Amino acid sequence: MTAQRTPSSASSGARPRPGDPTITPALVAEHGLTMDEYGRLERMLERTPTFTELGIISALWSEHCSYKHSRPVLKTLPTQAPWVLQGPGENAGVISIGDGLAIAFKIESHNHPSAVEPYQGAATGVGGILRDVFTMGARPIAMLNSLRFGSLETPRVRYLVAGVVKGIGDYGNCVGIPTVAGDVMFDSAYEGNPLVNAMCVGLLREEELIRAKAEGVGNSIIAVGARTGRDGIHGASFASEDLSEENEAKRPRVQVGDPFTEKLLLEASLELIRSGHIVAIQDMGAAGLTSSSAEMAERGDVGVTIDTTKVPVRETGMTPYEILLSESQERMLVVAKRGHEAQVQAILAKWDLVAEVIGEVIAEPVYRVTEGDRIVAEFPGTRLVTDCPQYHPEARESEEAIARRTRDVSAIAPKAEEADPAWTLERLLQSPTIASKHWIHRQYDSTVRTGTVSGPGAGDAAVIRIRGTNKAIAVKTDCNGRYVYLDPRVGGRIAVAEAARNVACTGATPRAITNCLNFGNPKKPEVFFQFREAVFGMGDACRALETPVTGGNVSLYNENPQGAVYPTPTIGMVGVLDDAAHATRMTFTTPGDAIVLLGENTDELGGSEYLSWIHGVVAGAPPHCDLERERALIGTILEAIRAGQVRSAHDCSEGGLAVAIAESCMGDRAHPTGARIDLTAWGTVPARALLFGEAQGRIVVSTAQPEAVLAIAKRHGVPAHAIGQVTAADRGLTITTAQGHVDATIDRLASAYHEAIPRAMARAAAETVTETVGGTR
Amino acid sequence: MKVGVVTFPGSNCDEDALLAIREHLHLEAVPLWHKDHDLQGVDVVILPGGFSYGDYLRAGAIARFAPIMQEIAAHAKRGGPVIGICNGFQIACEAGLLPGALLRNDHLQFRSMPVTLRVESRETVFTREASPGALLTMPIAHGDGRYTADEATLDRLEGEGQVVFRYVDASGHPTAAANPNGSLRNIAGVCNATGTVVGLMPHPERALDPLLGSTDGLVLFRSLLALTKA
Repeated sequence: MTAQRTPSSASSGARPRPGDPTITPALVAEHGLTMDEYGRLERMLERTPTFTELGIISALWSEHCSYKHSRPVLKTLPTQAPWVLQGPGENAGVISIGDGLAIAFKIESHNHPSAVEPYQGAATGVGGILRDVFTMGARPIAMLNSLRFGSLETPRVRYLVAGVVKGIGDYGNCVGIPTVAGDVMFDSAYEGNPLVNAMCVGLLREEELIRAKAEGVGNSIIAVGARTGRDGIHGASFASEDLSEENEAKRPRVQVGDPFTEKLLLEASLELIRSGHIVAIQDMGAAGLTSSSAEMAERGDVGVTIDTTKVPVRETGMTPYEILLSESQERMLVVAKRGHEAQVQAILAKWDLVAEVIGEVIAEPVYRVTEGDRIVAEFPGTRLVTDCPQYHPEARESEEAIARRTRDVSAIAPKAEEADPAWTLERLLQSPTIASKHWIHRQYDSTVRTGTVSGPGAGDAAVIRIRGTNKAIAVKTDCNGRYVYLDPRVGGRIAVAEAARNVACTGATPRAITNCLNFGNPKKPEVFFQFREAVFGMGDACRALETPVTGGNVSLYNENPQGAVYPTPTIGMVGVLDDAAHATRMTFTTPGDAIVLLGENTDELGGSEYLSWIHGVVAGAPPHCDLERERALIGTILEAIRAGQVRSAHDCSEGGLAVAIAESCMGDRAHPTGARIDLTAWGTVPARALLFGEAQGRIVVSTAQPEAVLAIAKRHGVPAHAIGQVTAADRGLTITTAQGHVDATIDRLASAYHEAIPRAMARAAAETVTETVGGTR
Repeated sequence: MKVGVVTFPGSNCDEDALLAIREHLHLEAVPLWHKDHDLQGVDVVILPGGFSYGDYLRAGAIARFAPIMQEIAAHAKRGGPVIGICNGFQIACEAGLLPGALLRNDHLQFRSMPVTLRVESRETVFTREASPGALLTMPIAHGDGRYTADEATLDRLEGEGQVVFRYVDASGHPTAAANPNGSLRNIAGVCNATGTVVGLMPHPERALDPLLGSTDGLVLFRSLLALTKA
């Protein structure tokens, strides 16, 4: 191949446009660059950048796009397994599930947009993650959401919950992708900076996998989908700074979503990929055209040239700077085979969408943007993406976290009401973190696409069948940020282990994860410590459980005026069931069944929902996480389910054993049961730790063949005990410990659990909320 | 028998309907494109669920002007069977194929959940195989499902047996609590005067496979099969 080389970039033709502002230290600062970073840019260009170039670099070197603080730590995560077809670095990760089929999946945050504009912020988060998955050639088959809010007691939080849930629902429902699972927690640590993480899962044939890698000199670069407007300019930079009172003024940086166009774009993109007319496709997501074109060029190790006057726009007078940095939604960048442009346009026209050739793949190693004939930006080679700065910030654990972790929580005196543990149980079931999320789930279409075997709230993870096979996949998101705050390494391990356990409780072998790492400002040593240790903990667990990381997203600067949110490395886990008929739910089904506890009860109260919700205390060491034990536990539950010996399986998490048993009794309100439980064998464990402690590695199983289940557990070296029986609902729930009884009617427990969130949200409808950030904490 | 399923821009239950007909009825099912004027010789038309044209303006309001709708109106006029499911029901009402209208749910939220329906009329091509008063469980998933018509129309529909499905509780009573969207008289589905065009908000195509929890939708499609034998 003969590459046409123009003179070196040092003498490049990029010149300021008439009307461009002069580059000053203030302008550099406004673009979120340090003077060191600006110096790096000047050295790269060997000249003063143009305003357009400054804008491009501001986006590409933002934390959101560059991972400049996180990359060295992320590199320690395991990413390989024989079933991993695509690891980190693409639009989404991809794993094989056999039969020539593969699953593409990814999770991403939309925290800051959702904090200032909950409806559009959450909706466009869903839109973005959908595009990441269908640009791999996969048809989206399920959506999940991991949400964190402040206390539901405040009107501002109720406003955010209502808006975020409606935004997620309206977008996913319209595109027609079932929203099937997720996790939602409430803690005042998230006040002012909620977390909105959306995950999408798609199905593809292995041979249809396509990557976002520009290739083939002379191939055309085509902008596809919606027209480009002035919305969302600098969204990537906005995502890379702390939230403050002034952020309300940044509401225009939040994009506006159009799920109808997304649906058309989805169909058109899949048709394009199957047509063979294109070599690459990528979402114009954060930092829009800039980021998508630069990343595709970097992956393909080629040059590109783009003419901004060719980009279809919504409004007149847009500058190259605006066109390059717009984050208008529902747009794609496509590299078409040379000579196939008309066929690409015909497919888009069928779906009433625009496609315009805006540039070309070139041999010359340069990233060039023109406005007609004028060069407005030109960077040498593909260094635009690879030459971004990298930082190794200082890491030091905060004194406060140490003090909280080492506090002796067993010394916290029980409240007088706790003399009746049924009172405590009922209170815990009302905690919004534990209570039924049906109020949320019923706003999401969970049954479209006729694949949902187990939908939201039915099992520990959602189960989606794979048509044309006997298989199914199980998917779940998880992360207890309180554990991570108290001990980042242990918390990181637990996040992965709990997600794996949840997936296994449905009968699926955990296969791989995607992660969304929500942390505070990495320049604070205590935040970077949390980040590094949590990632190390996740890595430990991913290696032990053979669930490599296939990609994800880092969201830093999750802070409000009161400080950082809990460090929250959300895990999105995918597992595979070879037989969909094995799909197992969490609720007891049959009075007379035995109840078996897999795992061991311990005296661990630290970091529990009990301490937080009942006593207002966030302290103590989070529960111990033995990864070898978790692995054996997963082996046990999978073998028992596949042998047909399990009627229900539910892991113990927030609220501990008593809450898990109560949920298995009345989680399905239409089909409740009772249970009679005997825990007197654990006489040495204080009753409140036994009932409400959150010891890891425990699963509550109901079975008609307890001996068989116990035998399987023994073979795997997992402690297991028959602890009671499923009864008719009218017998209530009784739990006997060495120190007393829990005795409660199922009606009482069910109304606590099922009515807490609807009751709180009923108040939201009547409220007018002053829309300011932070405010109420 | 050949079944056609219309794809409007924004339809998202079209594929579910095609697969339902092929996998559970073993009939030929073909997609019909909204821009076409060709019904491809189908005997039955399904207007599927989704958000045709984004539900912009009003659910179903734009879809009624799609070219294919002219052919579907003619097919219905000839007595050809048409079933509108969810968004398809909204489109059929907007197009005047069915009486009444579907408004925003009274609580203003989207609702996705299983509901119980009582079959009120067996005098339609889609319910003739149901037992009288049969209770069927199937999912709903909609934001605009509040069935509305003026009192006189409602009385007429009741009198002529054009109310086909009603939302009821587990014991078959049309209570307020069993009504998921504020539909007048708990109406979930209606038919035209001849019982050849039926519309309903719930999704029978999502209730055909025991793996998904209910097979109660089968009776609608089985009734259709009886048509071939008749």
